[in-house]
Amino acid sequence: MNNEFLLQIEELSVSFDGFKAVDDLTLYVSKEGVHAVIGPNGAGKTTLLDLITGRTRPTKGHVRFKGSEVTGLHEYQIVRKGIGRKFQTPSVYESLTVFENLEMAYPDKRSWVSAWRFRRTPEIVKRVEEIAELIYLGDRLHERAELLSHGQKQWLEIGALLIQDPELLLLDEPVAGMSVTDRAKTAELLSGLAKGRAVVVVEHDMDFVKKISDHVTVLHQGRLLAEGKMDVIQKNPKVVEVYLGH
Amino acid sequence: MGNLSIFAMQAFNGLSTFCVLLLMALGLAIIFGQMGVINMAHGEFLTIGAYTTYLLSQFSERFAPWLLNSYFLVAIVVAFLLAGALGLLVEHFMIRYLYKRPLDTLLATWGLSLIMQQVFRSVFGAREVSATLPNWLMGSVKPTANIDIPINGLLLIGLTVILTGIVFFGLLYTRLGVQVRATMQNRAMAGAAGINTNRVDRLTFAFGCGLAGIAGAAFTTIGSTGPTSGSLYIVDTFLVVVFGGAQSLLGTIASAFSIAQMQATTEFFMTGSMAKVLTLSAVILILMLRPQGLFALKVRS
Amino acid sequence: MSNSAKPSLVRRLAATAWSTQKSRENLSFLVLAVVLLAIFPIFLDVFRLNLIGKYLTYAFVAVGLVLCWGYGGILSLGQGVFFGLGGYCMAMFLKLEASDPASTSIQSTPGIPDFMDWNQITALPALWVPFRSFPLTLIAVVVVPGGLAYLLATAMFKRRVGGVYFAIITQAVAAILSILIIGRQGYTGGVNGITDLKTLLGWDIRSDGAKVILYYVNAVLLLGGVALGLSLLRSKLGRILVALRDKEQRVLFTGYDVATIKRAVFVLAAVYAAVGGAMFTLQVGFMSPSFVGIVPSIEMVIGAAIGGRSSLFGAIYGSLLMNFGKSYFSEAFPELWLFVIGAMFIGVVMLFPDGLAGIDLPRLFRSVKRLFSRSTKPTAGAGIGVPPEAASAPTGGVP
Repeated sequence: MNNEFLLQIEELSVSFDGFKAVDDLTLYVSKEGVHAVIGPNGAGKTTLLDLITGRTRPTKGHVRFKGSEVTGLHEYQIVRKGIGRKFQTPSVYESLTVFENLEMAYPDKRSWVSAWRFRRTPEIVKRVEEIAELIYLGDRLHERAELLSHGQKQWLEIGALLIQDPELLLLDEPVAGMSVTDRAKTAELLSGLAKGRAVVVVEHDMDFVKKISDHVTVLHQGRLLAEGKMDVIQKNPKVVEVYLGH
Repeated sequence: MGNLSIFAMQAFNGLSTFCVLLLMALGLAIIFGQMGVINMAHGEFLTIGAYTTYLLSQFSERFAPWLLNSYFLVAIVVAFLLAGALGLLVEHFMIRYLYKRPLDTLLATWGLSLIMQQVFRSVFGAREVSATLPNWLMGSVKPTANIDIPINGLLLIGLTVILTGIVFFGLLYTRLGVQVRATMQNRAMAGAAGINTNRVDRLTFAFGCGLAGIAGAAFTTIGSTGPTSGSLYIVDTFLVVVFGGAQSLLGTIASAFSIAQMQATTEFFMTGSMAKVLTLSAVILILMLRPQGLFALKVRS
Repeated sequence: MSNSAKPSLVRRLAATAWSTQKSRENLSFLVLAVVLLAIFPIFLDVFRLNLIGKYLTYAFVAVGLVLCWGYGGILSLGQGVFFGLGGYCMAMFLKLEASDPASTSIQSTPGIPDFMDWNQITALPALWVPFRSFPLTLIAVVVVPGGLAYLLATAMFKRRVGGVYFAIITQAVAAILSILIIGRQGYTGGVNGITDLKTLLGWDIRSDGAKVILYYVNAVLLLGGVALGLSLLRSKLGRILVALRDKEQRVLFTGYDVATIKRAVFVLAAVYAAVGGAMFTLQVGFMSPSFVGIVPSIEMVIGAAIGGRSSLFGAIYGSLLMNFGKSYFSEAFPELWLFVIGAMFIGVVMLFPDGLAGIDLPRLFRSVKRLFSRSTKPTAGAGIGVPPEAASAPTGGVP
């Protein structure tokens, strides 16, 4: 098995009632760097993420992570293997504080017994504070999440993923609804994160994609349309047609 | 020959239960499948239909004996309208505030069912009453010397078939039906396509309640009516709907049929209550193995 | 602090006690303990104390519901099943003790419970034999209902059956069990239940002294249960439950085995209910299927809902209130009881989702004050209809 890629997707397909959401897709993600997945609406980008994380089962093909097969595993098992996913709409626990949100995601004490007996060790506190600094929320640790701005909630969610130290980060439209300044800060954050782990970003904002990505994949109607660096992609006539023809 | 006729009559008993159960389940499946609303008071709408029929029978008995033969068909229509109208009110004042909270709808409608039961008790008394059935409904048809098919059973079947047909036809071919199905499958898209989903919800809920009302009228032919008559059917009805996969009408029919038949057949071998235990347990076991019901469509989560 | 003299010690203490959520909870616990262990026993006669004891057994169920429903989002409409199973286990032991060969000598088969004799049963059924032993009975009170809850939860939660479907199935289970118990009257005493219980290990539980002692045992167990609940809710597990209730999918994606966690909290709620059932049998002296089926199960939910499904203390007071209401109405206006309870359901769901505990006293005082000050200071634009939320910042429990 070829181990130089972190994530290997081969001939992946899934259909819902006859509709082929993802069709015979083959894709490789390397161990480091930002890999963007773009395409018009309905191209299958979110479904692809669903398939990788085990939320949906493929009807054909497989997904390999770090050399081993993850197709068909439960979501929580896949998460524990080192894949973190962020959803489109910020999904933080509103009634809990920033600290508690991050602490919840700490990759330890996952069973109900240990969760009951859980004690906040200094080690955990340090890690939470570290991550909070990274995501620009260091000074808001003990505020309830519902009081954060939209952009801050997105960062909090990314933080909750980071605290698990995933090797692969899947981000679904991380800057949707963010202000321009927040977008810039997010770009900075993601570029920093990509040193030492793989970040897959599904996005619509082309400027953002251009700024941060090392590699771009274009999907269309569930199939791979084009791959490569952003400036090459942007000149590809098939890509242009697909984006303008709609 | 004797065994066959006993078997036929037993199968027929199952059919009567099946009819009432199906009428109830159709109404509930539409409401649940369409709106995701759990109406624990659905049984009480059956009771409304039953009491309406009773009242009409009393009325024609005392004031218009010449109506005795035809009142029953009138009762069916009135039951539908009355139950439907009440359904509209309930939807307007209560249900529509609770759409996103199914567990709360469950509790609130349970509260409604308790209130309705008490109203019945206060108005009609706690004892059960029976509607006087018109003569043409009594008696039976004898296709062979040994088989006795009660006419009211036949009416029940006929009514159920007609109504099921109407529901199917309505859903598939009328404009409202298309709107209902669209909203059922994808609410956001339906709204975007210009369908007034609130109106569709209100009418669906009312229609579902109306169906329960008809079930109630039908119910008077097979048993007497008391304040808690509806609650006898409610758990079964829910299991039928869940078992059949709430999104599929065919599934509902198949499910109602199997559950009613299972009940009737096992009743043959043991007491009524044990038969019920067995049937309910079997349904739950099957649901545990296949939680989406027997006939669920694969939907994108 | 103002420039004038420092506030009195009492006021400072009160402010501290009220300052954080945790200290408020501790205070409430103290208040509850004082009420249950001191105030009730001092001011009530044995008969009324025993009645409260009976109501408090429902409170066990309510506390369990706060954990699994208020916090975990798992609505169970079949807690009567576990209450009943716990109660029946205890009843079986007590019945066997009361059916020794000497006192049952007039039966055709002495040494077995009277209802078995009436049903022409001639030997003690195998199911009953373990209940000759008190230790085994105590174990059964926890294991039988807990085991059933474990099985149900495994079958349901592992397959992602939740929410409404789960609630309906718990209802069906309640219906099944109650029909089963009533139907098999030779084994269970049928619709009358198991009655005529006399002694527990030789100690007469019908005497006044015994009733008082049993009340205390009940109260202490309940307080213990609340303490356990508090420890759970304050731990990380409590936060996970809150997260589960609000965003189950996300908890799953964070790598938690949601099904196992839900199962654990459901089994816990079942055990709470079972202990309540056992204490009920001891204090009231019988157990019947009228506590097992759909209707009693839903009354137990209403108790928790009225008091506040997310408040352990609220649930207890809510259960007491509900039972008082039931007794009062059943005597004075029996017809009204169902109206009241139906209206309560609708009211709690639509108007007071947090029940009594959700009533924010400071906010309430402020609105009342505003109402009265209106007569002297007409404020432009502020009508009577201004809801308190618009007028004051969100409060309530935030440290």
